[in-house]
Amino acid sequence: MPFIDSIGEATIGGMAYVGSLARLTGGAARAVFVEPFRGHPLRWARAIHQAMSVGVEAIPIVSLISFFVGLILALQGAYELRQLGALQLVASAVAISMTRELGPLMTAIMVIGRSGSAFAAEIGTMKVNEEIDALETMALEPVRFLVAPKFLAMLLMMPCLTTWADFMGVLGGGLFGVTSAGFTWGTYFHATLNALVLRDIASGLIKSVMFGLVITAVGCTEGFATGLGSEQVGRSTTSAVVKSIFFVIAVDLVFTAIFYFTAPQH
Amino acid sequence: MPAQPISKQNPTVDSPDIAISVRDLHVRYGTREILHGVNFEVPAGETLVIMGGSGCGKSTLLRTLVGLELPSEGEIWMQGRNFARLSEPERDELRKKIGMSFQSGALFGSMSVGENVALPLREHTPLDESTIDIVVRLKLDQVGLSGFENYMPAQLSGGMKKRAAIARALAMDPEILFFDEPSAGLDPIIAAGLDELILKLKKAFRITIVVVTHELASAFLIADRMILLDKGVVAAKGTPEELRQNTTPRVRQFLDRVPEPEIAAEIDYLQMLTGEDPPQRR
Repeated sequence: MPFIDSIGEATIGGMAYVGSLARLTGGAARAVFVEPFRGHPLRWARAIHQAMSVGVEAIPIVSLISFFVGLILALQGAYELRQLGALQLVASAVAISMTRELGPLMTAIMVIGRSGSAFAAEIGTMKVNEEIDALETMALEPVRFLVAPKFLAMLLMMPCLTTWADFMGVLGGGLFGVTSAGFTWGTYFHATLNALVLRDIASGLIKSVMFGLVITAVGCTEGFATGLGSEQVGRSTTSAVVKSIFFVIAVDLVFTAIFYFTAPQH
Repeated sequence: MPAQPISKQNPTVDSPDIAISVRDLHVRYGTREILHGVNFEVPAGETLVIMGGSGCGKSTLLRTLVGLELPSEGEIWMQGRNFARLSEPERDELRKKIGMSFQSGALFGSMSVGENVALPLREHTPLDESTIDIVVRLKLDQVGLSGFENYMPAQLSGGMKKRAAIARALAMDPEILFFDEPSAGLDPIIAAGLDELILKLKKAFRITIVVVTHELASAFLIADRMILLDKGVVAAKGTPEELRQNTTPRVRQFLDRVPEPEIAAEIDYLQMLTGEDPPQRR
């Protein structure tokens, strides 16, 4: 049965791909947390460079997008809440949606576009130029050398960027609250802080760390899988972006479900 | 020809005079076999040139010799150890004693020339930065690139990139040096300069050198021994003089630069590309 066969093959292929992501992440984690104690120091200068590029340089675009998303959430929320005469709830709606879901997710989408694609392009170009082979012949492990600094930069920068995105989203919501819903900035932030519990922020930050791991693993895996020829680099980059978005949404679903079913019942 | 019996007690394997001994080497990509039982030896301090037409398997052979491909069968003896059967950490230890100069140079674009040369020293030796600095200058001087430490690879010409790559390959004072098409894509004057550099390195350091090339003039100039690969097997081997005297038609065709006969049918073209016999002729 060719149809059943193709489903089986696609499933095995998908599982093998997830396995390769896990193996790469494991190798990078080992290079960051274990190898430095065995005399193989991490390339700190490279990790800091990556952190600047993944995190600091993303601040303007993440700020702008999160501010707009916060404002959109407020407008959409107010449309419904107004009917119920509960316009004052707009602050808590924005705060909870941003911290639990849209802050981490929008940040991840931005980071995929900026850094996941760059990881694939960088490693893919190195593959085409035989630089990855050169590393191996010099007895330098490409995962430790190339992936580990990116892994550490993502691990540190994703929660920071997400926290900033949460704040900018609340600010966006606040603009609507202050101009159209009778809040002052003081009462809006007070309402926001009242609505949030630590669990909201923590669950968003845990997700953001997971998204960071997924983006690094997919970007680097696609880079290493680049074939011969420079046009293949473009293909890897596109593939890294599409697959990263898919895996980020899938991981988001899994973690949202976990947080839902483990939440304390009120 | 049947494969030679493989013995770990083979006297040549542990002989200090033999730097590399390759026995019945088979390499496969998926189901397709590229090398079908290659045998040769390289005496220490000599230069072996591996020649052959495009697609004959010479690059695959070189990649297998430096451990970038794993053989499906056979043995590669270097430093008294079978490179093909070592664990990854053991292979890495052996790799520190070999140097490889890639066809494109393969310099790291994000690092300066000096940092490229310093990289293996920083990663594998306890040398302090001032000593590494001296070694880097020395190695760049040996390849005629003094003063280029702070240049980025993108600022160098093709020939200079290859020289910088050789300096990086020399950084760890290797016992064996591999070259993939050292003069490919270079003008004749720069290519001749690289041949001279290879001869100089051999003379000065008594390094064992393995060069893959299809440039005949360059091959006959630098080689102590040559092998000619054809369709994944060794078609001829010997000293340059022995190869000049060889009368095998396929060897003569390569050395005399006789083109392939006119391609009559699609299937012949396919056969020429893959080196495999066509399944059936219509």
